[in-house]
Amino acid sequence: MRFIFKTKYSQDINIARHAGDKFWYSLLILVMAMMPLFLDDFYLGEISYICILSIAGIGLMILSGYTGLASLGHAAFLGIGAYTHAFLLTNGVPFLVSIPIVIAVSFLVGAVIGIPILRLTGMYLAIATLALGFIAEHVFIKWEHVTGGNRGMPVPQPEIMGISFYNSIFFYYVCLIFLIVSMFAAINILRSPTGRAFVAIRDSEIAAQSLGVNLGLYKALSFAVSGAFTGLAGALLAHYIGYLAPDIFNIFLSLTLLLLIVVGGMGSLHGTVFGAIFVGFLPQLIAICRDYLPSSIGSQPGLEPMLFGIILVFFILYEPLGIYGRWVKIKLFFELFPTYKRQTFKKQKVFTKSDRV
Amino acid sequence: MSLFEVKNVTVSFGGVKALNDVSFSVNKGEIFTIIGPNGAGKSTLFNVISRIYEPSKGQIYFNEENISKTKPHNISRLGIARTFQNLELFENATVLQNLLLGRHIFKKTNLLSEVFFTPKSRQQEHEYRLKVEEVIDFLDLQHYRDTLINGLPYGVRKNVELARALCTDPQLLLLDEPSSGLTNEETIDLGFWMKDIQSILGITIIMIEHDMSFVNKVSDRILALNYGEILATGLPDEIKNNADVKQAYMGE
Repeated sequence: MRFIFKTKYSQDINIARHAGDKFWYSLLILVMAMMPLFLDDFYLGEISYICILSIAGIGLMILSGYTGLASLGHAAFLGIGAYTHAFLLTNGVPFLVSIPIVIAVSFLVGAVIGIPILRLTGMYLAIATLALGFIAEHVFIKWEHVTGGNRGMPVPQPEIMGISFYNSIFFYYVCLIFLIVSMFAAINILRSPTGRAFVAIRDSEIAAQSLGVNLGLYKALSFAVSGAFTGLAGALLAHYIGYLAPDIFNIFLSLTLLLLIVVGGMGSLHGTVFGAIFVGFLPQLIAICRDYLPSSIGSQPGLEPMLFGIILVFFILYEPLGIYGRWVKIKLFFELFPTYKRQTFKKQKVFTKSDRV
Repeated sequence: MSLFEVKNVTVSFGGVKALNDVSFSVNKGEIFTIIGPNGAGKSTLFNVISRIYEPSKGQIYFNEENISKTKPHNISRLGIARTFQNLELFENATVLQNLLLGRHIFKKTNLLSEVFFTPKSRQQEHEYRLKVEEVIDFLDLQHYRDTLINGLPYGVRKNVELARALCTDPQLLLLDEPSSGLTNEETIDLGFWMKDIQSILGITIIMIEHDMSFVNKVSDRILALNYGEILATGLPDEIKNNADVKQAYMGE
């Protein structure tokens, strides 16, 4: 076991808690940076996709995992990011200018939608965000001179310093860098007063309010920040797909994002990456399994969504903390070996929450 | 001079008058206790003061400023902090994070400087922490800094909630049943701390409390409520011997 002797306040503020953290995460980044040496284009593409999903996951995690607000329509932000980016690129805006604009647009859209929608809570909020997803999809279809409607819209693949986005190694590095930057941005927000205010809203709105947190403002802010991350992911997704069509950004994509954060582990940024890896590889896994199943089951069209649903239910029932929670437990098991107690993570029943006001 | 004044406040929920024409004032530096049987309107009074409920009639003055129309999230900026009857801590956060939230009203950074965690943000975290450490020392919470609220015993949680309220640098502290659920020993400690808060930090305290021996020991003045109306206001000894109060509690 590691005992950390704290002598400075900075030790509680820094991202890396101790030298071990620095070592392992640097090693991880190094390994990720060397991936193109070992892997071919197909797997690089897959990992790029996982990076994109992780960024979108960070967005939804901030909203659902940290602020405690459900969203069933987050594909809308992916769509907004993707279409804005494609539209700007088509009109000759350079990539590095387009990305900040995409982030700003998604942030603003998030804020504007967030202000009215976040007056709702719980189930009603979930339904409203579900509606948001459908409305966005409809707008992508109808706003033809921007989005190309149902015909779709090709995404220009620009060149930076002479290298095109068609180059999968280059695209891999772009996605990886954006993921790392997004991760740092999210960590920074969460260790600042704003992030703490989000967590406060999740755990007790009334206490947050009595400590001076403006509920309406911070909920809208959370929605906006979440939208900004997801919009960025959408812009990258546009490059990954290459050709945008409205039906990409459907309810199924929103549910995939939800599955991502639940499976990864609610309320942890590690969870977004674990969840993205899971969700990213799941379709391949299902495709492989299909071959081994009897054709009457294997060729069913709805197999994938059904499995997604089943997995979601199983995680909520048996591992509410997701893959990250499992990882923490395994780590603790070895740290405390042989004295680990299953009870450590047992949720304590709280009886005092009955009347809140 | 009175620091805090409630003037003719009435709160009704439909036909029920939870508070009926309640007026009182609290002097600076006092420990003012509100007592009363269940359903007397004590917590309603607190919720009116922290602007969770809207009074149907009447005004509330703090430092001679009418706060009856202030937004709920601005109450703490004026210098009024509160604790809750059934703890409202941020359960999945550490004690330290809970206390740092107490400094939220002093936030000077904007989102952009937080995203990049500029030196200004870091500086601010250090300033927050300095004040939080003062409070931690004051209430003996050193052992629990990095513990999640989930894993703390009830008595300590109560203490953390008090600490969180103190972190907002209040002039007026509203304590809703601070001793409920505490052991005898913890209640005695709480009494000392409240006296310290009053004398060292110079904070005025209004509390709701049922434990009469505790109330008599720490209070400067007591207000007795029943069915939303004031029965009596006065020194602890006067209240103890007041016929109406006895009637309300014992039903004689």
